[in-house]
Parts: sequence; structure tokens; C-alpha cells
Amino acid sequence: MVEPSESTVEGSQQLTPELAIANLQSSDLSLRYYAAWWLGKFRVNRPEAVKLLLAALEDEDDKTELGGYPLRRNAARALGKLGDLQAVPGLIKCLECSDFYVREAAAQSLEMLGDTTAIPALVKLLDGGVSQAVQVQNRPHLSQPYEAVLEALGTMGATGFISLIQPFLEHPVPRLQCAAARAMYQLTQDTVYGERLVKMLPNVDLKMRRVILGDLGAIGYLAASDAIAQAEVETSFKLMALKGILEHQLILVGETLELSPGAIRVINLMDSLL
Amino acid sequence: MSEELIRAVLLAQTPEQMVLAVKALAAAKDLQAIPTLIAVFGYNNPAAAVIAVNALVEFGETAVPDLLSGIDDYNYGARAYSIRTLAAIADPRALDILISSAIADFAPSVRCAAAKGLGKLDWTKLSSAARSMAINRSLEALLLISQDPEWLIRYAAIVGLQGLAKVADVQQPIRARLSQILENDTDIAIRARVQFASS
Repeated sequence: MVEPSESTVEGSQQLTPELAIANLQSSDLSLRYYAAWWLGKFRVNRPEAVKLLLAALEDEDDKTELGGYPLRRNAARALGKLGDLQAVPGLIKCLECSDFYVREAAAQSLEMLGDTTAIPALVKLLDGGVSQAVQVQNRPHLSQPYEAVLEALGTMGATGFISLIQPFLEHPVPRLQCAAARAMYQLTQDTVYGERLVKMLPNVDLKMRRVILGDLGAIGYLAASDAIAQAEVETSFKLMALKGILEHQLILVGETLELSPGAIRVINLMDSLL
Repeated sequence: MSEELIRAVLLAQTPEQMVLAVKALAAAKDLQAIPTLIAVFGYNNPAAAVIAVNALVEFGETAVPDLLSGIDDYNYGARAYSIRTLAAIADPRALDILISSAIADFAPSVRCAAAKGLGKLDWTKLSSAARSMAINRSLEALLLISQDPEWLIRYAAIVGLQGLAKVADVQQPIRARLSQILENDTDIAIRARVQFASS
């Protein structure tokens, strides 16, 4: 089992929102880096935090030998968690950053913010299609953060770009096949794509099985409930995925939640896993 | 005969051999097998562990003393199986370990199994004086963890409270707490679980 789910990071107790905001302007780069992470983690949604994080997206001080921008990455991740749409233009600009991980963090945060004005900029990262989606030499990643982009487009309901997303179902990297299937299901509600994810489960390694469970939970694919409960994955991942499915099954009628038969089935499965 | 079956478990070389050996040992239904079945929890073999859990649950209260003394303080995976087994057997001698595990274990899986177990111990096994004390301790623990920051722990606490609400004496405080959660919890899945418990 992968637990406990929250690792206690040293020093997290001592920070306060005020101190983290002050640290983000410190001359000590490591304090700034940590403060940016902390503000996101504890969702400090204050105007001055957003303003400083947006400025940090253009930081030039914190730069690695390989040309990475660690502070920008953390700032981009944090901005997704704060839920302030003012961050959208800055994050869109980050999609053009030379650092892959800044682009990836920006795509993930744009997905969280859900502002569809970001769709054209996200689609642009798919330029060249599957044939351009190759490993960068000497780096552990592809040329673009395809996984994050496909997931964002699915979540944002970018139905106009299905023809650009669909080919990634056949990409040689299983993780991308999953991201494409996940997005295709969200965009079409066609069970073919949900089943595709379920059928991959027995044929992939543990890490991928966890990813697939996450995908099935994110898209709320009810028909996968039993497969999730029986998957050879740690119980905590099963429960997370089933919770996602449960959430998709709930309908708010006035002030009360309506429990569909599907919701009750998922609850019984979750109970049995405790 | 059991000695041979036990040896087969100890000597299993592959996960598949282990599963077969544990299956054979479980089928023998011999009390001598209990410590070995408990040891299987620590072998990092989920399929074998599930067979061991089921076999031990079938032994019922006979297995409780060994389960209690065999709790693995270092391996939370093994501990989770022990707690699940004790919860399923429902013998109130497990009350103390279930309470401390539900409140303070560092592993969420162990806490959840304990919380679920606290809701369905067999209270009729206790004298009436001991019973109401035990029920109230169980209630107190579940109410406490129903405020945990982790959704999964709150979820398990609700499952426990729902089970405990079968005891008439504590229905009122449980209903009160559940309606509080229904009103205040920000997590929709948690509110749904409460609604299911109250339906």
C-alpha cells in the first residue's frame, strides 16, 4: 500500500500564509521554491499570493543547469489549486516555456481551472500529431506534455478537437493511450473508450494499473466498478477511484442528494474494501 | 498432517506456490495452523493473505488470542489484515486494539478496517455492565475520527457509526452526529455515505 497519503514535509508546520507570502519574495531561492509549493498545498487563495505566484511564472533567478525553472514549475502548480481565473493568461503563456515541466504543470493547472479559453493554446501543443510525440533525447519525457494536454482537453469538453485527440489512442506509450481514451470518453460518453481502459488493466504493470484506476475514477465510468474493486492494486487506489465514480453518480435534487442504484452499488463496494 | 502443510507454507518459493500451500493449510481446518495463517499476513502476498483471513474468520473466537498477540507493529500491510480479521470475527476482546488502531495507527487502511470493526462487535458476549462501557468507548472513538481531515477516515467512521446505531442506547447521539456531517461536510461522497446510512 502506498500510505500514509500525506507525507509530512519538514518545516510545513512553521509556515503561515503571511510568512509564505513573504518568503516568496525572499532572496533565498529555496525559501521561494518551498513557499510557492506551500501556498498551493494549503490553497492560500489570497490576492497577494496569486499576484506573486503569477510574477514567479516569469522568474529568471531559479534556473537549473539543464535550463529548468523550478520556481516557475511550483508556481504554475500552485496557481491551479488556488482557483483564481486571473492566473489563466499567465499559465497559457507558460505553455510556450522552454522547460517541459513548466508546460506540463501549466496544462494540469489549466485543466483544474477549467477555463475553456485555454483550449486553443493547449491544442497547439498537439501540433504534428502522434508522429511528433517522441522521446526527447537524453530526457525522460516526450517533446510535449501530451498526457496533461489530452486530459485537460477531455475535462474541458473540447469536442471540436476530437479528430486531433483520437489518433493518440494508438500511440506506443500506454500512458498516452490511457489519456486519449479518458479524454475520448469524456468528449463522447462512448463506452468503447471506458472499456478500452478496463481491458488494459490486466496487461500492464502496477504503476499503470494505478494510473488507469485514476482515469476510471476521473471519468466516472460506472461499468468499471467491479473491475476496480478486483484489480491488483492497493486498496487506497481502489477507494479513490470508486469515490470518483460515486461522485459522478450523485444528483443534487434541491438540497438532498439522490442516490441512484449505481451510487448504492459503488457504496457497497467501497464498504466491502475497508 | 498439519505439520507438513505448515512446512509447505514456510518453504514456498514462488507467490503461486505460497497461494497453493496456504489454500491446502486452510482446508485442513486444524487449530495448529492458526499461527502460520497469521504469519502469512506478513508475506506480502495479497492472494494468500485473503485465503488466510477467510480461514481465520472461520475459526472465529478461537483465533482471537493469537490474532491479538500476533499484531505486527512494523508491517502495516500485515496489521491491516489482522485488524480486518478481528473486525470480521467481531469478538469484543478486540475492542482495545480496534480503538487504538482507529484513532492512532499511521496507516489509513488499518484505521479504516478498525473503524468498520468498531461498529459491529458482538456486544452480547459481554456482561451488561461491561457492555454499555464498551459500546460507549466505541462510540467515542468513532465520533472522534468522524472529524478526521482525511475523507477516507471519515467515510470509515460513518460506516462504523451506521453499524453501531443498531444499539438502541446510542442511536440518538449517532443520528445527531450524522445529520451534522450531512450538513457540514464539504465532500459530496461523504454526504452521500451519510445519506445512505440514514436511508
